[in-house]
Amino acid sequence: MAQQLRIATRNSGFIDPENIRDYIGVGGYEGLAKCLTEMTPEKVIEVVTISGLRGRGGGGFPTGVKWSFARRYDSDQKYIVCNADEGDPGAFMDRAVLEGDPHSVVEAMAIAGYAIGATIGTVYIRAEYPLAIQRLLKAIEDARAIGFLGKDLFGSGFDFDIELKYGAGAFVCGEETALIHSMEGKRGEPTVKPPFPAQSGYWGKPTVVNNVETFANIPAIIVKGAEWFNTIGTEKSKGTKVFALAGKIRNTGLIEVPMGTTLREVIYDIGGGIVGGKAFKAVQTGGPSGGALTYKDLDVAIDYDSLIQRGSMMGSGGMIVMDEDDCMVSIAKFFLDFTMDETCGKCTPCRIGSKRLYEILEKTTLGKATMEDMDTLKSLSNAIKDTALCGLGQTMPNPVLSTMRVFEDEYRAHVIDHKCPAGVCRSLLQFTIDYDKCVGCTMCARACPADAISGNKKEPHVIDQTKCIKCGACFEKCRFDAVLKQ
Amino acid sequence: MLVSEREQLRENIEQWVAQYGSDRSALIPVLQEVQRKYHHISEYVMQVVADTLNIHPVEVYGVVSFYSFIGLRPKGRFIIRLCRTISCAMQGNNRIARQLENDLGIHFGETTPDGNFTLEWANCLGMCDRGPAMLVNDRIFTQVTPESVHEILDECRKAFGAHTFQGEETCPL
Ligand SMILES: Cc1cc2nc3c(=O)[nH]c(=O)nc-3n(C[C@H](O)[C@H](O)[C@H](O)COP(=O)(O)O)c2cc1C
Ligand code: SF4
Ligand code: SF4
Ligand code: FES
Repeated sequence: MAQQLRIATRNSGFIDPENIRDYIGVGGYEGLAKCLTEMTPEKVIEVVTISGLRGRGGGGFPTGVKWSFARRYDSDQKYIVCNADEGDPGAFMDRAVLEGDPHSVVEAMAIAGYAIGATIGTVYIRAEYPLAIQRLLKAIEDARAIGFLGKDLFGSGFDFDIELKYGAGAFVCGEETALIHSMEGKRGEPTVKPPFPAQSGYWGKPTVVNNVETFANIPAIIVKGAEWFNTIGTEKSKGTKVFALAGKIRNTGLIEVPMGTTLREVIYDIGGGIVGGKAFKAVQTGGPSGGALTYKDLDVAIDYDSLIQRGSMMGSGGMIVMDEDDCMVSIAKFFLDFTMDETCGKCTPCRIGSKRLYEILEKTTLGKATMEDMDTLKSLSNAIKDTALCGLGQTMPNPVLSTMRVFEDEYRAHVIDHKCPAGVCRSLLQFTIDYDKCVGCTMCARACPADAISGNKKEPHVIDQTKCIKCGACFEKCRFDAVLKQ
Repeated sequence: MLVSEREQLRENIEQWVAQYGSDRSALIPVLQEVQRKYHHISEYVMQVVADTLNIHPVEVYGVVSFYSFIGLRPKGRFIIRLCRTISCAMQGNNRIARQLENDLGIHFGETTPDGNFTLEWANCLGMCDRGPAMLVNDRIFTQVTPESVHEILDECRKAFGAHTFQGEETCPL
């Protein structure tokens, strides 16, 4: 039986997030004190590097290495930025950490500041998270009052303070260069990397951008040591990962497990399996940038590299679970709808490409697509991957490519047989009444808004296909399972 | 708009600029303040903000048109944003959408004629395990049902009676 192991969420739910004393009571700010009084900045970076911690915001870049880059560049000012713009569909771990344990992020940012030589930190947080904002503001204020932020922390001569910047409803601002532009008061459009922010970020100065969950790991690593952290996880992915379970899974919510836990353990042991005893079909990891994993992948040990090998990615840790009633073409369409809505519009492959992909998927769900369209879907996807500027565009075709590969039969059924096997795509459905099962209760006829059902009481009913608008009301009403949806 | 109202608006903006610093990075925080208080960004506001920050009005327009929480079109005092993203869709957000449209008598993207409610779609609100989720100004509601839509709207309407909203003013523009 798989066990949860809580590092990033070690305090969430156990302490009062609005009381700094509670946080101090569980060893809070000891990590910062240790860094400032016993360790050189180089030593701090060394510990983080040896721990093997990789960025939890999606990219998985080694955190210690990022810090050492920023440390190396000479500059009169450097910045620490916490990326709290979490917007991946199905992801809410950063919100939970900020609401449940805001001080861990405050402490970690100060540690990072000390490590690279920055005195200013900014949390870029989306406006959709009012409670997280409130808790974070309180945490910063309390830390200041007690002298854990501000001037001359722990008598070390090191100054550090944190301010908040609020997002304004643009998903792309989670991308680090876009985020920095937004902080500078510009449109949140990404720019080409390099230069990476660690070299030239906020106002052209060396800037470390890290994710909320990445930061939440730091104090524990400093206090317990790199070796401890290093023993947890897989060879190339150390520590734990917080996953957000949503969709058709029995126990939805947040979990934190060691890297290397299998998908089966996550979905069945911890997640409790599929709702209503239905069959597991797929799980989307990595949100709109990721792909679908199926029963074939259930025994894969989850880490950054194994998921990429399987055609998906870790992303920020959202897991949307799908069962037999979900149509994978519609799921892919859903993600494209999201990216089409959130593309910043700067580059053509992403702006126009997302729209074209969406249109073809839409056509498929209507049963009007051809096999040539399927080829176009693939080649266009690959073209977008190769030519889009930022991560949003480059990864946007992944849900399409991944579902096309894994659920090829389902696409073919839509195109060739004009059927939706999961019974989701309305235009492809046909409602009929099973002559043998129907007892003639008339429930369906009364529910039908199109007057499409006829038949005498206590005699089998029939549906006039020319009148039927496929609303599904009869299917839902019938208590004898006599209405068939095909 | 009356001259005195314009002056008031200008004063407000100058105050916010003083608070957030007069460099370019103050632009979005200042616009967010204006949006909160006046529910939209008018051309006049863009001009004043541009003058105070010493940038071209087109730059301000570029920013206003980019972010979905800041906009030119006047919005209602209550902005209802229903999550349209996948997990909430799996949990039946369409029923909530229909209920909202029926109760308010407007479609998504519209504002009630009395200027009280604006109905919008939002992408994932980070409440995916407790959908359908919806944001009303700064308050988040989860596991919304058609019945609770009634209650939430009623609560908003009651707030009109009290009339004074925190930091809010009717837009003079
Ligand atoms: C479209 C897009 C959206 C992103 N959104 C987020 C986000 O919401 N939060 C986050 O931490 N990183 C996000 N990232 C990744 C960031 O660009 C960056 O890699 C990350 O914040 C670095 O922190 P880490 O090394 O701690 O993971 C996003 C990237 C892309 C391309
Ligand atoms: S509800 Fe079912 S049993 Fe009753 S009339 Fe309709 S199809 Fe027949
Ligand atoms: S699907 Fe709707 S329109 Fe068609 S027969 Fe059933 S109730 Fe009538
Ligand atoms: S999908 Fe609606 S809150 Fe995440």
